[in-house]
Amino acid sequence: MIKVSLAPSARLMRRISMGAALSAGIMVLALTPAEAAKTTLNLGMSVEPAGLDPTIAAPVAIGQVTWQNIFEGLVSIDETGKVQPQLAKSWEISPDGLTYTFKLQSGVKFHDGEAFDSAAAKFALDRARGKDSVNPQKRFFSSIASIDTPDAETLVLHLSSPTGSLVYWLGWPASVMVGPKSAADDKTTPVGTGPFKFSTWAKGDHVELVKNADYWNKDDAAKLDKVTFRFINDPQAQAAALKSGDLDAFPEFAAPELMSSFDGDARLTTKIGNTELKVVAGMNNARKPFDDKRVRQALMMAIDRQTVIDGAWSGLGTAIGSHYTPNDPGYQDMTGVLPYNVEKAKALLAEAGYPNGFTFTIKSPQMAYAPRSAQVIQAMLAEIGVTMNIEPTEFPAKWVKDVMTSRDYDMTIVAHAEPMDIDIYSRDPYYFNYKNPAFNDLMKKVQNTADPAEQAKIYGEAQKILAEDVPALYLFVMPKLGVWDKKLKGLWENEPIPSNVLSNVSWEE
Amino acid sequence: MIALLSRRLAGLVITLLVVSLVIFAVMDLLPGDPASIMLGTSASPETLAALRRDLGLDQPLLIRYGQWLAGVFSGNLGQSYTYGVPVAGLIIERLAVTLPLALIAIMLSVLIALPLGVLAAARRGGIMDAIATVFSQVSIAVPAFWVALLLIILFSTTLGLMPAGGFPGWGTGFLPALQALIMPAVALALPQAGVLTRVTRSAVLDTMHEDFARTAVAKGLSRSAVLWRHIVPNALVPILTILGLQFTFLVAGAVLVENVFNLPGLGRLAFQALSQRDIIVMQDVVLFFAGLVIVMNFIVDLSYLAIDPRMRKAA
Repeated sequence: MIKVSLAPSARLMRRISMGAALSAGIMVLALTPAEAAKTTLNLGMSVEPAGLDPTIAAPVAIGQVTWQNIFEGLVSIDETGKVQPQLAKSWEISPDGLTYTFKLQSGVKFHDGEAFDSAAAKFALDRARGKDSVNPQKRFFSSIASIDTPDAETLVLHLSSPTGSLVYWLGWPASVMVGPKSAADDKTTPVGTGPFKFSTWAKGDHVELVKNADYWNKDDAAKLDKVTFRFINDPQAQAAALKSGDLDAFPEFAAPELMSSFDGDARLTTKIGNTELKVVAGMNNARKPFDDKRVRQALMMAIDRQTVIDGAWSGLGTAIGSHYTPNDPGYQDMTGVLPYNVEKAKALLAEAGYPNGFTFTIKSPQMAYAPRSAQVIQAMLAEIGVTMNIEPTEFPAKWVKDVMTSRDYDMTIVAHAEPMDIDIYSRDPYYFNYKNPAFNDLMKKVQNTADPAEQAKIYGEAQKILAEDVPALYLFVMPKLGVWDKKLKGLWENEPIPSNVLSNVSWEE
Repeated sequence: MIALLSRRLAGLVITLLVVSLVIFAVMDLLPGDPASIMLGTSASPETLAALRRDLGLDQPLLIRYGQWLAGVFSGNLGQSYTYGVPVAGLIIERLAVTLPLALIAIMLSVLIALPLGVLAAARRGGIMDAIATVFSQVSIAVPAFWVALLLIILFSTTLGLMPAGGFPGWGTGFLPALQALIMPAVALALPQAGVLTRVTRSAVLDTMHEDFARTAVAKGLSRSAVLWRHIVPNALVPILTILGLQFTFLVAGAVLVENVFNLPGLGRLAFQALSQRDIIVMQDVVLFFAGLVIVMNFIVDLSYLAIDPRMRKAA
């Protein structure tokens, strides 16, 4: 560790200038080599990850760098959102849904040479579910009662209650397999089993991965030799980096209003797909007047979702009628349940006892979509006599404290990034303060079966309840605004789980 | 002289201590818990408690302050919550961007402003004076980040001559790193140059009317000799004061320009740390900024003594 005290800053400056002089000398020796056939990729992201271990912190950006590139899971989730075998080549679920037996791949090694076997898998799961675990999705593992390892290639999970989503959850970034020897340092030097190895992290600027030559799965081996994730949070700077050729791809470009600026660029192509980010205006269902379903329905009917999408996100995005996206299994279009209808909205409001409307405050985070959507909604609610004040609320710090923890708010607006998180409406406590036993029953039922068709059916019923009950105003799914070099192949266009899976990415000759 | 220096040094240390206490208290008042930000919206209360314990956030305020201060004095600035690495290393990495950036910007601004300001004063009311006035008004009025955007549009996206942003690191060589810094430095230097031109002009004008200037003219020295040998050195005190202020401003205040050019500088580190509530990083960086301001003022004071013998005597 470099130790430095603050007082003698002259010494500090001297040290830095010496470093600069030294690197100037090195530069003369090592001029950049001429570029050969392209096997490198410069990929842009808006947010720099906070640490590189997805099993100890929640930020989506961690998975977007490491998941499927550095770290792999027992299973993975593919581009269509389906579960696929990975480090587990197969699994069996006992008829009572309480025993999961996984058969593991053989000959798999972590990047540091440590073997991946059932003991390592047990270690990773125990670390995630243990008493001291800080895994952001610890609840995924709460039904695991014990883990057996009858041999190196067999892993048996004994559950305390049926958990139909378990296999899907095991495909998540928070469930990846980490090595017993290396796990403690994964935050800064991640070691996984994936097709890419961690190389360097210049904090504030970029993370570099290199191809793992010893990757176990020849079918999915990396085609690129080197990938550099560059972090650029300013949308203008993102656009400039793409146009100047500094970047080859920006899979999730941050500014929809700048998308048309790439039209006609001979080198770049744009792709608009779906994400899992559901923009919803959550209401405090325990607080008047939002405890009255008719009021919530009236507000929903006063909102024309397409106008919100046009105003807030340049018309890019898909309207939704419940907390579910077209990527998800069993998706049903619920936008017709409470369609835009000002007259009906007014009537419902009068019926609920607010013929002259009411006044409330929305706590709006600073992310571009939120204030823009809030302003459009403000204008539309004024049409039915409801006055909405917009209170800017810093995200995440202040928002988490006010809305998430204290539940001290009337309405808020936020994009929920977690895939398949419709069950948040059954969590107690959760910031909506929504309580519906029928909905909770459905969420229990969905865990009692591991049959995808049965689950899809139940999710359909759940979507229907939310669409009619509107504990939150369902607005739109964020688009995945991909901008990349036309010659680049294999990047995901949709995003059933936040990620940048790169093993199949390559340059066209 | 020595008494003065030691008095100033003691004052410096006390100021830093007071500043550290204020910083710590303010950070504690900020709403938002670093642990809950790291763990996201799905974390259970037990998980949160476990992480708070890991980070030492469950300790009482005064103990945390004491631990931090003891760490700072022993050179251990603590570990960043979000990056998981020592903060001292982070600050040094960022200084390797911000310090050269600030130095280049200061150099550019001096190179523009000093000749322009002196010439404007020497030919008061002439063409140079008009040019200097227009230049300083425009460059002060135009925000640095906007100049930054214009530079990017012209030199990066249109002409393709310069990288649009980012920093390759000094390890990749001196020229690529310098190339990444030059446009941000220009953007930062312009408003500074505007201010400096004005200060130089008025300082030189003031000095012109001093007795020694008249005496020098009366002795028969040439105009330019009087100007450069007698007037300009004596006008340096206010100019240096502004330069000292500008340097600290450039190190701490470059965050907007660093954002536009996506430079991993100290300003952006502070900004990121604020939004992530990486409190330990914020405390250290703000303390560093405060220390920098105090130390710069100290250096400026010392340089007065070096420039002006009268001040040495007064001390």
